[in-house]
Amino acid sequence: MHIVVCIKQVPDSAQIRVHPVTNTIMRQGVPTIINPYDLFALEEALRLRDKFGGEVTVLTMGPPMAEDSLRRALTYGADRAVLLTDRFFAGSDTLATSFALATAIARISEVYGKPEIVFTGKQTIDGDTAQVGPGIAKRLDLLQLTYVSKIGKLDLDGGSIEVERRAEGGVQVLKTRLPVLITMLEGTNDMRRGSMKDALRAARAEVVKWGAKDAGIEDMTKCGLRGSPTVVKRVFAPGGRTDKAEFITFTDKTPIEFGDELVEAIFKRQPAVEDDLIKHAHEFAAY
Amino acid sequence: MTQPPKPAAPAAAGRGNMKAELSDHFKQYKHVWVFIEQERGVVHPVSFELLGEARKLADKLGVEVAGVVCGAPGEATKMAAAEAFCYGADVVYLCEDPVLEHYRNEPYTKAMTDIVNTYKPEILLLGATTLGRDLAGSVATTLATGLTADCTELAVDADKSLGATRPTFGGSLLCTIYTLNYRPQMATIRPRVMAMPPRVDKPIGRIIEHRLDMAEDNIITKVLAFLPDRDSNKSNLAYADVVVAGGMGLGSPENFQLVKRLASTIGAEYGCSRPVVQKGWLTADRQIGQTGKTIRPKLYICAGISGAIQHRVGVEGADMIVAINTDKNAPIFEIAHVGIVADALKVLPALTEAFRRRLSPHNRDKLAS
Repeated sequence: MHIVVCIKQVPDSAQIRVHPVTNTIMRQGVPTIINPYDLFALEEALRLRDKFGGEVTVLTMGPPMAEDSLRRALTYGADRAVLLTDRFFAGSDTLATSFALATAIARISEVYGKPEIVFTGKQTIDGDTAQVGPGIAKRLDLLQLTYVSKIGKLDLDGGSIEVERRAEGGVQVLKTRLPVLITMLEGTNDMRRGSMKDALRAARAEVVKWGAKDAGIEDMTKCGLRGSPTVVKRVFAPGGRTDKAEFITFTDKTPIEFGDELVEAIFKRQPAVEDDLIKHAHEFAAY
Repeated sequence: MTQPPKPAAPAAAGRGNMKAELSDHFKQYKHVWVFIEQERGVVHPVSFELLGEARKLADKLGVEVAGVVCGAPGEATKMAAAEAFCYGADVVYLCEDPVLEHYRNEPYTKAMTDIVNTYKPEILLLGATTLGRDLAGSVATTLATGLTADCTELAVDADKSLGATRPTFGGSLLCTIYTLNYRPQMATIRPRVMAMPPRVDKPIGRIIEHRLDMAEDNIITKVLAFLPDRDSNKSNLAYADVVVAGGMGLGSPENFQLVKRLASTIGAEYGCSRPVVQKGWLTADRQIGQTGKTIRPKLYICAGISGAIQHRVGVEGADMIVAINTDKNAPIFEIAHVGIVADALKVLPALTEAFRRRLSPHNRDKLAS
């Protein structure tokens, strides 16, 4: 079988800093990582390949340096990596991104074989939209399975798949037809440590690099800023509240004095909370 | 599956084009819609919260508020429609069909896109739930319009376009996003970000029924089962009145017991910041913030949380915030009502004991007499 996994290279959010004066992101020196949610999709794809045979192709759209993340995916055991990179893609929103990725996946189908499953993570940690996966599915007319927590029966001959997906208040068990797009929920598996063999292969492997034309994109007005219906007008840091916090000191009192003062300050500002807590304490005492 | 007719796309917005230039086709798009999320006979509260927000936007635009209700024919779906009026809908688009009994992407996407293409709203809001996000992405792509996820604020501009504000760059800044040249302008909003409007008893108003032309045989995805969550697994963070949370400042997972102890003493729910989940100290359902739960408690006590934007947007709806942090410059103090610059490991036990004294039956009786 053939599986395509879409990944994204993102800044390690734990190390993002905002410039205190200009309110701009300080990108310099921030390390990049594979979007952590995508690793669950990649691992699931590798497991299916190990079980059923076939190939896993990883695909990303991004600047040339996104090759690092693809190479990383190869060390985990992916068979092939495709980098979609072109200045026409700059400024893409989720609609333009899903158009470019969907077109590239169609091209991958022609060159390397039609995938039975396209995987993505449930969302990225930098954009947090969860919109690109469904966007790709719609454009390729794939059935869409989001927030999948478990892949059950996969019948390649019969062309069907059963999955469990996280829904509001429970888990939906769904059966549908291949090919599908699956967005994988976090915590569903643990990414393997790549083998030495894969590490050596990844170091030497050629990453396929496609510009917009190579990927079969003819209509450039659907790419980048021009293909993006949404416009970011303003980026800003939020203001605090206008009235300043009341500070209660701790070190100059006994814990008892401090505790009583703090509880008093809370109840003075929120008398309704005191009533609630007393009610709760009564109920608690009744048991 | 037949695709709904696509409206003629206007000339693409060029680089730096920040002004709305709506085509005549899109000028017909009017009114503010809310997708009413209803499953197994229960309307998700976020839908009512969005009706309240839609009312504010519609009043500014001078248009109507509509709810869109999809479901199997029967009482539950009709009740959802009736409730929508009580929370402020002027009109309800109702699509009843047996194929809509359980949420599935295919029939719901078709129902929504068909109704949008027929009745043409200018704004369409959905809850950012697993259902709403699954549906919104498909609907926006089919309609080739803009969609802004997880908005924390919505506003109507002087030129009557929707400004949707959301955290960006992993929650370190906020940005305001517009869909200037396409309609509808779509946005998802997380539960509890908008305040619940008061419910007012109202008779059922204008209902416009829409027939979904779709047979079960033509829908490929089948629901084999639904396994409801066990109650014991659920945290009720989003709708709790009092919440206590801890962050990395607590230093170790063992120290998190101090947060749990305070929470159980006062009957509160407990939660945490994102790094705590990433470290594996607590599970993701306890995470508070942009990518976790948004909360609106009467009282929020947080210890060892610095207050990154992605956390702040999840707690700003709290009536009162008590922040404990060793760093007096921590951003959490910008939104706190009461601040304590001290070690949470010492403050939390002192506060827990003080609440225990204050709330003990012995003390209360004394106070009452």
